[in-house]
Amino acid sequence: MSKMIEVRWHGRGGQGAKTAAYLLAESAMQEGKYIQAFPEYGPERMGAPIMAFTRISDSPIRIHCHVKSPQVVAVLDPTLLETVNILDGVPENGTVVVNTDESPNSLRRTLNISGRRLFTVPATQIALEIIGRPIPNTPMMGAMIKATGLLDIEAVIANTRKSFEKKFNAQVVEKNIQAIRRAYEEVKSE
Amino acid sequence: MGNLISMEGNQAAAEAMRQINPDAMAAYPITPQTEVVQTFAQFVADGRVDTEFVTVESEHSAMSACVAAAASGTRVMTATSANGMALMWEILYIAASTRLPIVMALVNRALSANINIHCDHSDSMGARDTGWIQLFCENGQEAYDSLIQAVRIAEHPQVRLPVMVCYDGFIISHAVECLELLNDKEVQKFIGEFKPVNSLLDISHPYTFGPLDLYDFYFEHKRQQIEAYGPAKRVVVEIGKQFATLSGREYGLFEAYRLQDAQLAIVLMGSAAGTAKEAVDRLRANGLPIGVLKLRAFRPFPSEELTQLLSRFEAVAVLDRAVSFGAAAGPLFTEISSALFASNRRPLLVNYIYGLGGRDIDIEDIQEVGEKLKKTAESGKVEQPFDYIGVRK
Repeated sequence: MSKMIEVRWHGRGGQGAKTAAYLLAESAMQEGKYIQAFPEYGPERMGAPIMAFTRISDSPIRIHCHVKSPQVVAVLDPTLLETVNILDGVPENGTVVVNTDESPNSLRRTLNISGRRLFTVPATQIALEIIGRPIPNTPMMGAMIKATGLLDIEAVIANTRKSFEKKFNAQVVEKNIQAIRRAYEEVKSE
Repeated sequence: MGNLISMEGNQAAAEAMRQINPDAMAAYPITPQTEVVQTFAQFVADGRVDTEFVTVESEHSAMSACVAAAASGTRVMTATSANGMALMWEILYIAASTRLPIVMALVNRALSANINIHCDHSDSMGARDTGWIQLFCENGQEAYDSLIQAVRIAEHPQVRLPVMVCYDGFIISHAVECLELLNDKEVQKFIGEFKPVNSLLDISHPYTFGPLDLYDFYFEHKRQQIEAYGPAKRVVVEIGKQFATLSGREYGLFEAYRLQDAQLAIVLMGSAAGTAKEAVDRLRANGLPIGVLKLRAFRPFPSEELTQLLSRFEAVAVLDRAVSFGAAAGPLFTEISSALFASNRRPLLVNYIYGLGGRDIDIEDIQEVGEKLKKTAESGKVEQPFDYIGVRK
């Protein structure tokens, strides 16, 4: 099998982690990649910790097992940092993107994180300011694309627009695009 | 390769149903099948299909309505999972024994108790003796393709049996994957018009369905039903080949992956087959002569074909995602070992139970099965005929 990237999304029910996992997969497919995306299903409910996963590969994906060692982790809710081991299985050279006001340096100290490339972005604040609702999934996707360089940001935006146009009005679509762009610009590295 | 699109397994199944455009559908929602029925009901509401959609109060009623609709000479589909299938049990037998070509999507889920919404094959296995043809799928693409083929298999004049297309709950039903769809016209041309052999509504030729049938004739009718499985095997292969000329994707009774020069084999069904192929590639890279036999048709069970293929092997591991309580082994193992017993030469056989209630099975788990199989072949004897993968004591 050629190189495959696995992404794990941590969120709380209602924050759009599953949508983000699916959007990333669809964008990658538009770029000619093979994909898989799936949520972890339990007794899902608003506010409960949930995970969703995206696999991206140059060749067809045959495996159907859980994602255990994701190279990329996106944390949509900072309160999960205290309750969930977001670094579980993440290799030393993995990338972690967290929705928080803190700087990556400060977060590294607080959580005592060794290795890994750490990025932070105030995604909830961006979502509130631009979209008017605290749904951080689209800005988190923008931040994650900048942090990883997984895909071309314009391709992600084009696909998000196409996908959201089916569900939302033009204003909501454009606000989400704006939020993606702003998080892409504002994400902080160490 | 044509145009790839991304879709969840359940959406793909609903899309196949939309393109098939059955005359009738009766179904009751249950996790993880819900999206199939929900999406299809939307197609009905939007006028995108001509289907008479019968909303019912239970799965027992759903299958009863399917039986009535099919006996009236119409093309009928349904979908269910786990406890829903269990509630259909009585009527599953009636559908098959009345030779009604109903097609069902079965989204595999563990049976209660305790309540579990995730995948195993205990629902399929509970229905294995009902007389339905059972096709197992590895991914969303196979579920979509098999539902379309199932219409042709079920309605084939030499078969006339209901077909359940089984795919793994959540692992496939709720995972987005890349897949290729046919266009509506291609699907309609492939399935053709339904020509019922007997029909309740054919008033110029009145028929009786399901009458009292005692010791003077019941046995003969059962014999006919048993013998219908002979042509069914041939038809599954034939329709799979025809589907290949349309789509480029060929299907048969099973898929042999890297078995040609192998001495060891892993036999399994469903979504874990893909993971097993990856494990086999890794084991091959370390020099292990191993392959995967992915069984697609559990009913009709290809006994002769599997015996011919597997009898020359040194050792074979059969992986079951269901149990038969009180039996010595899992249902798939029992079938395989029983088939191989007729052969003069046969491999050493081991059985593993895995994945009950959705327990994950990963590449390393299956690699370990391969490594152990190598030791079994080297020692020439089976130390442990029955074991588990990934369970605490």
